[in-house]
Amino acid sequence: MSSTKPLRASAWLQATPFTLVFVLFLVLPLLLVLAVSFWRATDYELIPAFTLQNYLDVFNETTVRTYLSTLKFCFLVWLATLLIGFAVAYFLAFHVRSVGVQTLLFVLCTVPFWTSNVIRMISWIPLLGRNGLINQGLQAINVIDSPIEWLLFSDFSVVLAFVHLNTMFMIVPIFNSMMRIDRALIEAARDSGASGWQTVWNVVVPLSRTGIIIGSIFVITIVMGDFVTIGVMGGQQIASVGKIIQVQTSYLQFPMAAANAVILLAVVLMMIWGLTRLVDIRKQL
Amino acid sequence: MTDHQDPNGTPRLGRRTLLKGAAAAGGALAFPFVHAQEKITLRYLGTAVNQDKAIADKFKADTGIEIQYIPVTTDDVTKRAVTAPNSFDLIDTEYFSLKKILPTGNLLGIDTKRIKNADKITTLFTKGEVGGKKVGDQGTAPKKVMYVASPTAKDFAKEPTQFMTLIPTVYNADTLGIRPDLIKRPIESWKELLNPEFKGKAAILNIPSIGIMDAAMVVEAAGLYKYPDKGNMTKKEIDLTIKTLIEAKKAGQFRALWKDFNESVNLMASGEVVIQSMWSPAVTAVRTKGIACTFQPLKEGYRAWAAGFGVPKTVSGKKADAVYEFINWFLDGWAGAYLNRQGYYSAVLETAKAKMEAYEWAYWMEGKAAAQDIKSPNGDLLAKAGSVRDGGSYETRMGGIACWNAIMDENAYMVQKWNEFVAA
Repeated sequence: MSSTKPLRASAWLQATPFTLVFVLFLVLPLLLVLAVSFWRATDYELIPAFTLQNYLDVFNETTVRTYLSTLKFCFLVWLATLLIGFAVAYFLAFHVRSVGVQTLLFVLCTVPFWTSNVIRMISWIPLLGRNGLINQGLQAINVIDSPIEWLLFSDFSVVLAFVHLNTMFMIVPIFNSMMRIDRALIEAARDSGASGWQTVWNVVVPLSRTGIIIGSIFVITIVMGDFVTIGVMGGQQIASVGKIIQVQTSYLQFPMAAANAVILLAVVLMMIWGLTRLVDIRKQL
Repeated sequence: MTDHQDPNGTPRLGRRTLLKGAAAAGGALAFPFVHAQEKITLRYLGTAVNQDKAIADKFKADTGIEIQYIPVTTDDVTKRAVTAPNSFDLIDTEYFSLKKILPTGNLLGIDTKRIKNADKITTLFTKGEVGGKKVGDQGTAPKKVMYVASPTAKDFAKEPTQFMTLIPTVYNADTLGIRPDLIKRPIESWKELLNPEFKGKAAILNIPSIGIMDAAMVVEAAGLYKYPDKGNMTKKEIDLTIKTLIEAKKAGQFRALWKDFNESVNLMASGEVVIQSMWSPAVTAVRTKGIACTFQPLKEGYRAWAAGFGVPKTVSGKKADAVYEFINWFLDGWAGAYLNRQGYYSAVLETAKAKMEAYEWAYWMEGKAAAQDIKSPNGDLLAKAGSVRDGGSYETRMGGIACWNAIMDENAYMVQKWNEFVAA
């Protein structure tokens, strides 16, 4: 007994700094947000009171429509990043043999992160715009008569920008899972007469599940909370939950914004909870 | 363009509230400034548009006092003034924000006896007049919020007093920007913004309190409704205005909405948009790219805005003296001339005139054809000899003000409806 006690104390001590950081900068602020979401506010001050009005105000047609629109983006982006991410990770893990080339290709995948978010998104305009490269190119080879308008400031451009940005978050965890797959299993599948697709579907996909789930959590949380990408690529004409919160904080309507944030947090947590039901991440890592 | 996602955004609100709580409880952040006073640095909170390095450099050369700019967005200036008054020594904010800031008691009335040129500040601010004629005062016209009865008063005085809330820095009148080369016909009215002719090629400002005013100008110009006060709509009037916007949006009128100066420049320069609500320096920015762009005067008039210096209650002693010194220096002409050359207007015209060349004054302020090439303070060519400024002279332009940027009594409702428009 006496020998385990100091060990436990030192374990606590080791965990303390991180715990403190979390409590101070995550738990406390979140509790404050929760508290403020029940307060009232005027143009210039917060009034500590208890009211459910903020939550009642949040539930209206606009919010529901905004959530549906955000969920739609979430699904489309998730699907696209999953397919592309899986394909890229598969290629990197099973077709590229040399570690050097793997590293090089990985670095290539990070290219989208070499410039700032805003600059990256603004550079889509000369490509996708009415007088952009694609429209001018298509017009030059007489495929279209007038510019395609939906290339920019549309659902399409929002999804495109999201996929461009977030595929990396799928590639990395899926690649990581794939590298742990025992190559003997693939050989065994082939020896047993499985076709290439059957091997992928019945061996690789189930064994990459952890990576897929982790990647999905990354992508879903990023898309659900985003308002910059949707704003810029949607020409500010597409609503997002994050944008509503931002507008409300700009106008000092903190309780409303807090109520919205609490609901958003709850929705995202439920999605993550659902995903973690599918796989025990701690066990799999 | 601030943080990327909600997990960043949410705790920030909490953290600030927490800090504020800590400051109130322990007085940790509220200690008076008693440190060594040889070198004074003034923290200047405002929007980037007004924070020119040349102005800070010149002031330092003249007085030895350092200016440290804190550039944030218009909305964030207000937010910081309300929630973190210890974080700056001098605020440069829009007059319409005063309705939110003053009741907090975070600003001190400025003693005009300590401001040398106070009595020379243009009558637009003190009386709401330009050249002896009254201009439109719908919305938060500066004269309505210019004075307070005592330095610590939390409401506005109706009559001029010794104490001013803000000392004006820059002001201007906004209108629609157009691409004359792509529209190819004269534009004379605000209603053209929602003209189906420009379907998919129009844009409006996505800053609710300003965007709604532009929308109101359109509604009135189209003869749909006449507002008693565009700057203070009733719920019904807000509904009507937003309904008009939503119908236009659903019909595909807008190519985009913009929130940021650079966005508006990009939309216009790339030809995505040919008509949009716009700010004067943004039009200049499009032009310096060699693209035709007009800041189009319209028959219904302009939507005006004005910003000014305020003094937070937290500065005292030497630091307060330095703040007054800066304000006095600012009104003394050099800064005014600098701003006038950028297409803004300065508070004391007389002193600015003394620091400008006669041909510059004639072009910028009198609406006369440029006698020689007009250059920006950085030396970029803004207008060739012979050209005339859009909107003409100071008196024609500022005399044509129809309304002012404002905060409505129904602000919360308006913001909620604006979100509906964005989501529609």
